[in-house]
Amino acid sequence: MAHPDTPELVLEAGRASRNYWWDLWRYRELLGFLAWRDIKVRYKQTVLGVLWALIQPAVTLAVFTFIFGKLAAMPAGNVPYPLLVLCGLLPWQLFSAAFSNASGSLVSNTHLISKVYFPRLIVPLSSVAVALIDFAVVLVLLVALCLWWQFVPDWRVLLLPVFIALTLLTAIGTGLWLTALTVKYRDFRFVVPFLLQIGLFLSPVGFSSTNLPTWRALYSFNPMVGAIDGFRWCLLRGEPALDPLNLAISAGMAAFLLASGLWYFRHTERTFADLI
Amino acid sequence: MSQPTISVEGLGKRYYLSHQKRQDTLRDSLTQQFRRLGRRLTGSGPTEPEGEEFWALRDVSFQVSQGDVVGIVGRNGAGKSTLLKLLSRITEPTTGRAVIRGRVASLLEVGTGFHPELSGRENIFLNGAILGMSRDEIRRKFDEIVAFAEVERFLDTQVKHYSSGMYVRLAFAVAAHLEPEILIVDEVLAVGDAQFQKKCLGKMSEVARDSGRTVLFVSHNTAALQAICRTGLWLQQGRVAQTGPIADCLAAYLSSGNEAATYTATNPNKPHITSVTLDRTALAQGRFRISVGFKSSTPLGRPVIGVTIFSKLGQPLAGSNGRMMGEQWTPSAMREGLIIAEIDPLPLHSDTYRVSVYLGDAGQDYDQKLEAVEFDYISPHFYPQCPPLSVIGQYDLPWKWSVEP
Repeated sequence: MAHPDTPELVLEAGRASRNYWWDLWRYRELLGFLAWRDIKVRYKQTVLGVLWALIQPAVTLAVFTFIFGKLAAMPAGNVPYPLLVLCGLLPWQLFSAAFSNASGSLVSNTHLISKVYFPRLIVPLSSVAVALIDFAVVLVLLVALCLWWQFVPDWRVLLLPVFIALTLLTAIGTGLWLTALTVKYRDFRFVVPFLLQIGLFLSPVGFSSTNLPTWRALYSFNPMVGAIDGFRWCLLRGEPALDPLNLAISAGMAAFLLASGLWYFRHTERTFADLI
Repeated sequence: MSQPTISVEGLGKRYYLSHQKRQDTLRDSLTQQFRRLGRRLTGSGPTEPEGEEFWALRDVSFQVSQGDVVGIVGRNGAGKSTLLKLLSRITEPTTGRAVIRGRVASLLEVGTGFHPELSGRENIFLNGAILGMSRDEIRRKFDEIVAFAEVERFLDTQVKHYSSGMYVRLAFAVAAHLEPEILIVDEVLAVGDAQFQKKCLGKMSEVARDSGRTVLFVSHNTAALQAICRTGLWLQQGRVAQTGPIADCLAAYLSSGNEAATYTATNPNKPHITSVTLDRTALAQGRFRISVGFKSSTPLGRPVIGVTIFSKLGQPLAGSNGRMMGEQWTPSAMREGLIIAEIDPLPLHSDTYRVSVYLGDAGQDYDQKLEAVEFDYISPHFYPQCPPLSVIGQYDLPWKWSVEP
């Protein structure tokens, strides 16, 4: 024991460990375990189990198709309206699950944070992983609808991971902000559902963003606009076409949210155990 | 001698106690910020402090060399847990610094992160990962952990269906198989049945003795401390009161002052108890001696104090009062005074006990302080083969044994 190369750890006020990112890497297994725990537990003691991941988007899909497709009769191009809605719903559901999981993650893991050390970033990151499972289930619904309408996506579908990443980064950035804020101010618990509700209206989930020709650049400051447009472009054979400027605005916003979220999280992380 | 494994210099941790409202809602914080801003703009008055300061730990310095097993003692609130939290990196010190050389694993609670919905098998992996073990490490020790916990048959049962004993056994078993260079353990042996506690203690001392690991161990169980530790660290009100051989530290800690409580009257016109003081020095000698102060606005004719000793589970063990003594108890009427009760020798086994006290006069009771003081009793009689107290009871009576052929 006590090898000459044993790491020397200095604990001091204001000296958040220099090897934080290395620590994060060392604890990657814990990240996996926490995600695995949340996934295992998620549908325990439910009768319908993982079907719940399908029911919610299916009902939303039906309602949105009726309201935007039938009542408002919005244009969908050459695509069946339900497919258009589902391609918006997919990234939105991913975002909303990842964002709300991440926002509540620190407070719901209080017992861990006050009793064990590990890089706290693991908690929100692992909770985001859970959202991916529900996302995978909804993808099955998409495949079913595509088969029904005999709609085959083209090569663009290969770029889908890029937009999944954009969605996740947006969710992580905003989630980090809110989860760190919730540790100190429990007020933000009430902000999360509110933000999601507003966000649903401010994102082109039930309709195509081409319906707003003049406002699109401003609209793209909502990073989910870029993500949803991207999903549609990938899955619906490049329709509607992607505008590089708008996409850059969305991606820039997502990057800004992520960077600032990380900054705030790291800045407040040291006090979590004292405040939670 | 190489460098110390842990060296702590002037470590301190400050908390703020806010007395009125907690300022943890956004509105409070915002209004306060605005008020501060307003004051700064108008240039009037100093900025107000954020509440009363409280130093949970102050100017703590000590060193631990490799392979040392350190027992940390002190009363509740002396800063033991805060110290462990700082060394485990859960929270950050306000002042000072600590240098740690080696991989640390800390066990501040048994079963951290256990999930009731998961099976025993799954929880072993989850808990192991939380405590810092790698998946391979857990897999390698899996059988050993299961055997130690004695839960083979229930491995695939959800932990929520476990008895509390099984739960604790499993949780401790995982922790006991950690292999860090430095192990930090907080009061985790206070749980579980006596049999298993003994097994855990055995495991702890094995870990400490044979592997050359450095261990920091907080416990109220003085017998366990004495058995496992070599060095002691006694904390008092956030400061180091003494370091040195464990026996010296324990002796100093156990005879330090009195276990005491003082009270202010809710209704000063009613006769009331003002203080309860347990004599620590007497306890260390195997005697029980308690003094109860009282006060009354009118003279109390034949004041009576009652004292009852309870087991830590709240079972009354022994009680008495002046009224019971009849003609033997005839003090004159008084407004205030101190009544002392003594049992010599105290016929109890080593354990934690609580004492409730009552105040009255010849006819009626006026005041009571339930569980006024709590104390760890170390009996001068040491029985190496003592069965658990849940089997033989709390009393250490003067048994006489004989044989007839």
